[in-house]
Amino acid sequence: MSSWAIIQQSLPLFQKGFFITLKLAALGILGAIVVGSICSLIQYFKLPLLNPLVTIYTEIARNTPLLIQLFFLYYAFPQLGLRLTASQCGIVGLIFLGGSYMAAGFTGGFEGISSSQLEAGQAIGLSRWQLARYVVLPQGLALSVPALAANIIFLIKETSIFTVIAIPELTNTALDLIGMYYHTNEYLVVLVVAYAIILIPLSLILTYLERRVRYGTFGN
Amino acid sequence: MAHSGIDVLTAGSNFSRLLGGLWVTIKIALIAIIIGLIIGVLLGILRTLPNRPLRFILRLYLEFFRIVPTVVLLFLFYYILPKEFNVNLPADAVATLVFALWVAAEMTDIVRGALESVPQHQKEAGQAIGLTYWQLQRYVLIPQAWPLCLPATVNLMTRVVKTTSLLMLISVMDVINIGQQIIEANNKTAPNGVFWIYGIIFIFYFMINYPLSRWAKHLNKRRLEANH
Repeated sequence: MSSWAIIQQSLPLFQKGFFITLKLAALGILGAIVVGSICSLIQYFKLPLLNPLVTIYTEIARNTPLLIQLFFLYYAFPQLGLRLTASQCGIVGLIFLGGSYMAAGFTGGFEGISSSQLEAGQAIGLSRWQLARYVVLPQGLALSVPALAANIIFLIKETSIFTVIAIPELTNTALDLIGMYYHTNEYLVVLVVAYAIILIPLSLILTYLERRVRYGTFGN
Repeated sequence: MAHSGIDVLTAGSNFSRLLGGLWVTIKIALIAIIIGLIIGVLLGILRTLPNRPLRFILRLYLEFFRIVPTVVLLFLFYYILPKEFNVNLPADAVATLVFALWVAAEMTDIVRGALESVPQHQKEAGQAIGLTYWQLQRYVLIPQAWPLCLPATVNLMTRVVKTTSLLMLISVMDVINIGQQIIEANNKTAPNGVFWIYGIIFIFYFMINYPLSRWAKHLNKRRLEANH
């Protein structure tokens, strides 16, 4: 059988894996953005009680590998009576890891706002929440866009680790096929191409955004 | 009888086996970082040359290692080296190679960015007093670019340490693989041993990465303060 025929035969399976990767990544990234924005607002306003909790969470999530986080969710949590399906573990794991990265991304954006902006806001008598709503958020979000885009690419790549808890995403599909039919080269080529299809457009958008945001800041 | 899983950690040689696995993990990360740094710095300097084809090739190298997930890179090298090139390396050597090439790729971009942000007049002043290309790099550009790349480099190290968790996928006897063996061996007698074993591995990783990421943060702060 020619390589091309092998590749063609495997495409329906890869297509399934492709959409599972996309779906889990999308849900995980959305969740991570929500968690990350809440965490960074808590850190920005230094809310008592919550602020140290957020610091502990982000340090733990950022300094441990996703693989161990997934093993914990998938193998250890059922011992405590919390049983999740593999896909749920994947999404929760991605949100746990990604939330901390997104928080850092937002925080970096907020810190990039020049202090003259904040002082000007205070001078015209804005309250803390008005300052957040009209000064910090609009500028901070624009500044954090490149970091968020980089995080999105990172998190999509991290979904390849889902293979260890047997979620049939792209990498798992390829490894399964290799295990069954040994057409290693063909399947690995399809796998690399599949990731390239997702990630190359994203990385081009990232480059574009980085250029845009430089013009988006005030006073330049 | 209800068995507290924590005994699994201390039973027999379990704990020293875990530490042995951790050493394998650290060794691979260290060697890969050292090799990757050397190659990455050299290639990073080459990326600032005005040679277009060379810059294009190095850019391709970087983008390939950036776009393909590390899991896939590991399998690519693990399967294809012996099959197509008849190179039969043990799994830990394959892992070291992949990590070194990945670190080198990321390093080229860190080094290039730092070198390009050294002010132009520094370079021109160096040229004006008649420094050769390598003298310029050695005495003017690298000393000034070094503090700029340090925080990103330390961050890259924490990423390498975290990524070593993937070693078990190509059956390297790393800390996670040994942890799984211990869990399986004790599954009948102490089913919640799984909690303690993964817990201790979790803590191991945190203990290595937390100081590193604090250091990166500290370096970054110092760099920003120096700029003001």
